[in-house]
Amino acid sequence: MALRSFIRKPENHRPDAPVVEFRGVTIHYGDGKPALEDVSFALTRGERVAIVGPNGAGKSTLLKAIAGILTPAAGSVDVYGAVSGGHICIGYVPQRSHVDWSFPVTVADVVLMGRVARIGLLHQAGRDDHRLVAESLDQVGMRALAGRQIGELSGGQQQRVFIARALAQEAELLLMDEPLTGLDTPSQEAIFNILDLLRARGLTVLVSTHDLQLAADRFDRLMLLRRQIIGFGRAAAVLTPANLRQAYGSHMTVIPATEGELALSDTCCAGDDEEEHHHD
Amino acid sequence: MIEWLLAPLQYGFMVRGLLAAVTVGAVCGVLGTYVVLRGMAFFGDALAHAVLPGVAVAYLVAGGAQGALFVGALVAGIGTALGIGAISKSGQIREDTAIGILFAAMFALGVALISTVRNFSVDLTHFMFGNVLGVSTADLWLTAIFGALVVALVIAFYKEFLVISFDPVLASILRLPAQFFRYLLLVMLAVTIVIALQTVGVGLMVAMLITPAATASLLTRRLPVMMVAAATIGALSGVIGLYLSYTVSVASGAAIVLVCTAFFLLALFFAPTRGAAWRFARARGWLR
Repeated sequence: MALRSFIRKPENHRPDAPVVEFRGVTIHYGDGKPALEDVSFALTRGERVAIVGPNGAGKSTLLKAIAGILTPAAGSVDVYGAVSGGHICIGYVPQRSHVDWSFPVTVADVVLMGRVARIGLLHQAGRDDHRLVAESLDQVGMRALAGRQIGELSGGQQQRVFIARALAQEAELLLMDEPLTGLDTPSQEAIFNILDLLRARGLTVLVSTHDLQLAADRFDRLMLLRRQIIGFGRAAAVLTPANLRQAYGSHMTVIPATEGELALSDTCCAGDDEEEHHHD
Repeated sequence: MIEWLLAPLQYGFMVRGLLAAVTVGAVCGVLGTYVVLRGMAFFGDALAHAVLPGVAVAYLVAGGAQGALFVGALVAGIGTALGIGAISKSGQIREDTAIGILFAAMFALGVALISTVRNFSVDLTHFMFGNVLGVSTADLWLTAIFGALVVALVIAFYKEFLVISFDPVLASILRLPAQFFRYLLLVMLAVTIVIALQTVGVGLMVAMLITPAATASLLTRRLPVMMVAAATIGALSGVIGLYLSYTVSVASGAAIVLVCTAFFLLALFFAPTRGAAWRFARARGWLR
């Protein structure tokens, strides 16, 4: 069927290519202000990377560029060596505030959405699709709640449902926009446990977060972002007083303390609404 | 009682009216579910008003021929739906502004055209508030065929419509032709409005689209159940409203809409566990 092949473009992955590669990427907001400027980096398979930075730093923009939803004004975004957009291997966990939690769908319905492109137009979900949905829910420990309406779950459970959706989607790269915001410590732990499992399966995970402590403790690498990449690497090398001052400016007080530790206080606002300014 | 129920059925116009009201109520209920979930109530209302010039032109050119009215309304409806989509896509004008401008202009054009005819007020009233008892057998066929087409499309593209409505970002990652489905939904909405034109008219259309669906949303949290419930409520409202209009002689379209509204209020107060009455009682400690 013509339409079917139209939406199921083959993904020409080059296995040796970086999972994600930005080369000199610049993206503008709808009003013409730069959201990202000359950003270059590469991710390797299986690593877990946190993007940190103040509000409006371009964290969500960067994730959307990888997803192929925003197109760079300059530079190139490659996923597995091919131009982004056309990859259904990208799993996406949306910011909690961007989901309509009253929508009449169950947990299983949401996870099945990850299969939609593979099922194809005018085809129905088959036994394999339902099995994959059940397995994915098992992996995040949510199978018992498969029949619940999504709004009835706790914040942490909601995040796990969206991770399960990415698994059902057979995603190889997982993008998570502020998944830890507003979660209590046990819920955050549950998510990290799942991310550990995913690492074993070779999934690459890119997470935007406001929480510098978690970013430093629980991720392989950190990207400190403020329109440009200020630092990218291991926490100790990235979270230096100079870098932090450059990233947060007046939004953060950096207090050098004894024993080489830093005391930080993020004086900035909650919620990340930077993408409201884009027009899609 | 049985006699009271059967008495109106001896009139052919009443039977045809009932069949039309049931079909329209059901189709509006199903599609209205997406209108409610996607927050398109204003759009639906606007689109209903915007079909008027199409109807008017067909009316002026072809006299009262129903087929021509149908085609005229369909062309105007689809044209407006695509026009609104195109204007707001550019991002220079907010979508609700674009809708307001286009719908008022189309409606004014329709009124201007119809006002050139002598018995202007009678005809305008029919277009505005429907004339379900004037439905012909041919109308009924058009309504059934196009109604079935709309429902078939909702079923065939169920999972795609679900994803673009719930999570547009995922839709675009999965490379679903989201733009195509958005326009398809607009065209389906235009078709639904046209088949409902004779039943409730331009002015009350939005009620058929959103009230049964909103009622259903109070009763269930499953989308397929919501669609069936909305269709049932829409169809029932059609039947009850028509009987009401027959027995107490009020305008049929208005009676149907008022019955829809009554169902909505009942659900608002008495929906299982979520109804306002139960919440009130729980807050007072009368219920556990």
